[in-house]
Parts: sequence; structure tokens; C-alpha cells
Amino acid sequence: MTQQLLIAPLLLPFALAIALMFAWFHIRYQRVISIVGSVASLGLAIWLFGRVWQGGIISLQAGGWAAPYGITLVADTLAVTMVLLTAIVGLAVSLFASGSMINQRLRYGFFPIFHLLLMGLNGAFLAGDIFNLYVWFEVMIISSFVLLTLGGEKAQLEGAVKYFTLNFLASIIFLTALAVLYGLTGTLNMADLSVKIALIEQRSLVDVCALIFFVGFGIKAAVFPLYFWLPASYHTPPPAVAAVFGGLLTKVGVYAMMRVFTLMFTRDPFIENMLLVVAFFTLFSGALGAMTRNNIVKVFSWLIICHIGFMLAGLAMYSELALAGAVFYMIHDIIVKANLFMLAGVTNKITGTNKLQMMGGLYANYPKISLLMAIPLFSLVGIPPLSGFWPKLSLILGGIEQGHWPLVAMILLASFATLYVIARVWAEAFWKKQPEFERPAGFRYFGDYPVLKRVLMLLPIGLLALVSLYIAFGAVHIQTLAQRIAAELLHPEAYIEAVLGSTKELMP
Amino acid sequence: MKSIILRTASNYLLPLLLLFSVFVLLRGHYLPGGGFIGGLVASIAFVLHAFAHGLRKAQRYFPIHPGFLMPIGLTLSLLSGFLPILIGDQAFLTGLWMADPLPVIGMVGTALFFDLGVYIVVVGVTLTIIFTISETA
Repeated sequence: MTQQLLIAPLLLPFALAIALMFAWFHIRYQRVISIVGSVASLGLAIWLFGRVWQGGIISLQAGGWAAPYGITLVADTLAVTMVLLTAIVGLAVSLFASGSMINQRLRYGFFPIFHLLLMGLNGAFLAGDIFNLYVWFEVMIISSFVLLTLGGEKAQLEGAVKYFTLNFLASIIFLTALAVLYGLTGTLNMADLSVKIALIEQRSLVDVCALIFFVGFGIKAAVFPLYFWLPASYHTPPPAVAAVFGGLLTKVGVYAMMRVFTLMFTRDPFIENMLLVVAFFTLFSGALGAMTRNNIVKVFSWLIICHIGFMLAGLAMYSELALAGAVFYMIHDIIVKANLFMLAGVTNKITGTNKLQMMGGLYANYPKISLLMAIPLFSLVGIPPLSGFWPKLSLILGGIEQGHWPLVAMILLASFATLYVIARVWAEAFWKKQPEFERPAGFRYFGDYPVLKRVLMLLPIGLLALVSLYIAFGAVHIQTLAQRIAAELLHPEAYIEAVLGSTKELMP
Repeated sequence: MKSIILRTASNYLLPLLLLFSVFVLLRGHYLPGGGFIGGLVASIAFVLHAFAHGLRKAQRYFPIHPGFLMPIGLTLSLLSGFLPILIGDQAFLTGLWMADPLPVIGMVGTALFFDLGVYIVVVGVTLTIIFTISETA
């Protein structure tokens, strides 16, 4: 029966979305259902995490068909960690959206679509079949497109067109790669693929296939040189939507890469060099972009790209230490990035602008909120002992161990660039006195919101800041977790056995 | 549209098309057809009626807003997936079938209820879209 519950992280958001659709005209009920449901999701995710942590990998064949043919769901440690992070961010965004989002947007179905997006995310993490992974990507794209355009402002539609075109292209490339892979091996089950790809003699064909996968996932993860859609679209939606996009959606691309390039495509020099070079330039261009932007949301968008580079670097180096660093960075980054976009939403409501030159006076006017916001900001930089520091340590040590000096230098440079960027944000938005400027008429300032809404906006920031602090001061636990995930990724035998089980001997 | 031919024809076409949509739905497990196409045919029946008699008359067939058919259909599909978990401790979406076929309908199993859910969702979505467009037009 516990195996059956593996599917619960998919069904709960789905059931919530249905319940929210029934309450279509009752925004107040929607808020309550969404928050209560998100708490339940979090409880479920914690429970599932505990099961997998103690009992090892669980797999389930939905539909009752045996492994290489059925709908396989696999919960290994990486998958359940991602499900847990999704639940945490989901709860925070639920709270934040209840507080910050205008009723007009909520009336067009923000909450149902948001929970369908969470279902898509959970599905992508738990999918044990690469075609199902594709289907969950589609679920995510469709819901994210709706979330991006809710409200129908001109800038939003412009951003959404760019977002949709490139993500759609990524899906087509992903599908092409799937077709090639199916032609090569005759299977789409990831565990089965892991065994069968190793047996193919024409390695160049496998490399080409891996490259197509890399381009598909690369667009979604926003790596160099495929990231242009991200800064063009992430500043347009409301902050609650940007938070879930910035925190989770790009990381799904990284997650898919981690899966595919550890489980399916074993290492050869070609893939390794490609990943190293791409990681190097992703770090470089993201850092440059973040340093030159003046809109706080755009700065954060470019920082997403920059920090995708860290995870890619860990994946490229492919040692247990570096991979653990990449996983740790991902855990830290999801929490902090989601928090940053919510934070930008609140600073916008306080100062009335997103432009750094026009912002200011936050520390003088709201010292307590500013101190709260300092936690995610400086966690991102990784000032020891805050949470960004520990994974970078692993990455740098991993790089030195293998002698990837240029990449180590670039990791350091990108870290300093992040420090510079955050210091600039802090100086401009928090310390400086706010200059006078023409405010848009009818702008609703933070102070105009009722107390409950203000609490609902600050509570998720505090919640995620607490999680960040836990990651920082409980780094030993997270490092143990990351090392276990890295070991599982490097030795996929347990994964394969959990999926294929006794049928393993039957295969050629 | 003021054509008397269309209006008279649509009176007969509405039940016929609905019947045909149910036929397509039931046919769908092993043969071409199924909930999606059946749902489209059923919504076409109502759209045609709306063309001939006006939007209000077509909306009168729905005591609730057709948009609410979406969650109803989704619930039905979800429950049809849940049934094997509740009854036999089998995996989600495992097909359960009755031993003997029913007259007219044929073999009845969870797949049929899943498809029926799809049928309802498709009717809900299509009619919501078309009614909304015709209201604003």
C-alpha cells in the first residue's frame, strides 16, 4: 500500500485543482483551499521523503503494466528531494499569492492553474519513463503559459510570446531526441534505456542523440547560449508567478539533465567537454548580464542564468564531490530564488518601482523587513556561513581535485560578481535615500494593504528565509543528503533494479 | 441566423448528434472514437443549436454554467483511476472490467468511466470557449 502512495504527490494537486475549479467564483474559498492543500502537500512530501530516506528507492507501475512498457514512477532520493522543495515553494507561493495578487487575476483561475503546474513539476520529478517526462513538461508549459499571460497586460503578452516560442521549440527538440532514442533502442523506460544504451556500438549516434537532448533541456534550463527567453519574460508576470518560475521551472531542466546525463548517457570526452564549456560560459554571461541591469527583477533573472552555471559545472565535473555540490546548490538555489522574486514583489509595493535608481529608503522606512530580506539576499551570495557558501566549497574542491582550473576560476569570478550585484542592490534599494519621481496614479502601496495581506506577503519570505537558514546552519544534513544523491546518481544500479526488478535477467 | 430550414433541421439534429456522440464514445476503446471525439460531436450539436436558435436557447439546456462540466469530468476520470486502489490494492489507473458484457453498451470497465470524464471535460471546455466568444461578439 505504501507503494501506492507514491502517486499521491500527483493526485493531490490534481484533486486540489478540481476543488478550486468548483469554487471558481469564490476567491475567498480558493485562497483557503489552496493554502490548506499546500500544507497537506508539504506533509505528504515530507512523509514520502522519510520513506525513501529510510527504505530506499520506491517504484510504481501505474496502470498495472510491467516495467519497460507501463507508466513507471520512481522515487529515488533526488526525486523526493525535489518533490519536497516543490511543496515548500508551493506553500510559500500559495501564501504570497493570497496576499499580493489582485482579485482580477485570481478570478481568471490563478489557483487551479498553479496547482496543475505543481502537479506537472511533481510528475516530471517522479517520472521513470522519458516519454512521460516529456508529457509532464507539456503540462508545465501549458500551465506556465496561462500563468504568464493572466492579467493580459501588453508587456506580459510580449514576454509570453518569447517564452512560449522558445519553450515550444525546446519541446519539439526534446521530442525529436526521444524519437531518435526510440529508434536506437526500442524503449523509453529510463532504467531500461540505461542498460540498452550502453550496449549500442555506434557511439557517435548516441552522442548526437545526447546532444539533441542537451539542446532541448538546455533551452528549458536557460544555459548559454540558449537563455535569451528568460530575461525577456521573467520580469513580466506578477511576483508570485515569477517566484515559482524562477525557483522551480528552470531547475526542472537542470534536473532532467542530471537524470539523463548520469543515468542514460554514460560519460565520454565529447559530452564532458561540452558540459564544461557550456557551464563556463553560462556562469560568465549570466554574471555579466546581472551586473549591467538596472531593473531588480531583471537582475535576479540574470542571476538565475549565472547560477544555473554552478549546477552545470558540478554535473560536468562528474565526481561525487562536485555532483554533491551541484545537488546542494540546487536545493539552496530553489529556495533562495523563489524568495528573491517574492522579495522583489514586496519592494515594488513599498517603493512603487522596480528600477534600482528609483528605489531606496527601504532600510530607513522598514528596518525589520529589510533585515528579513537581507537573509535571502546574502544567502544567495554565500557569505559564510549562509547557505550559498557550502555548495560552492564542494564545487571548487571538486574542480581543484580534477584540475579544471579555468572552471574553478570562473566559479570564483561568478561568486564575486554575485557579491557585487547583491551589494549594489542592497546599496541602491535599501540604503540610499529614495529620489522623488512621478508615481503612477492609483498605485496601491504596501502600507495601504490590510494587515492580514501584509502578513500573508511577509510570512512566505520569512518561511523560505528560515529554510535557507536551516540549509546554512544544518549544512551537515544537507551535505549528507547531497552526497547520498550524488552516490545514487553515479551508481544507478539500485535505480535500475528498483524499476526493472526481477525482469533484469530477462533482458539481452 | 434566420433560415427556417436550419432551424427546423437543428431541432432534429440536436438529439441525433447527441446520440451519435454517445455511440462514438462507446465505440472508442478498441476502435476509432472515444471520449474526446464524442465530446466534440456533442458540443457541435449545441453549437449548431445556438447558431439556429440563438445563444440563450442553447444555454437553457445547461442548468449550470458549462464551465463547471470541466471539474465534474475531471473528478470522474480521477475516481475511475482511484477505483483499482480502493478495491483491489492495485496500481493507479489499472483497468478493472466487469466479467460479462452489458447489452448495448458492451464491456464495462474503469476505462469507460475515464473516457466519460474526458467526454464531459471536452464538452465543458468547447462550450465555455464558444459561448464566451459568442457572448462578447
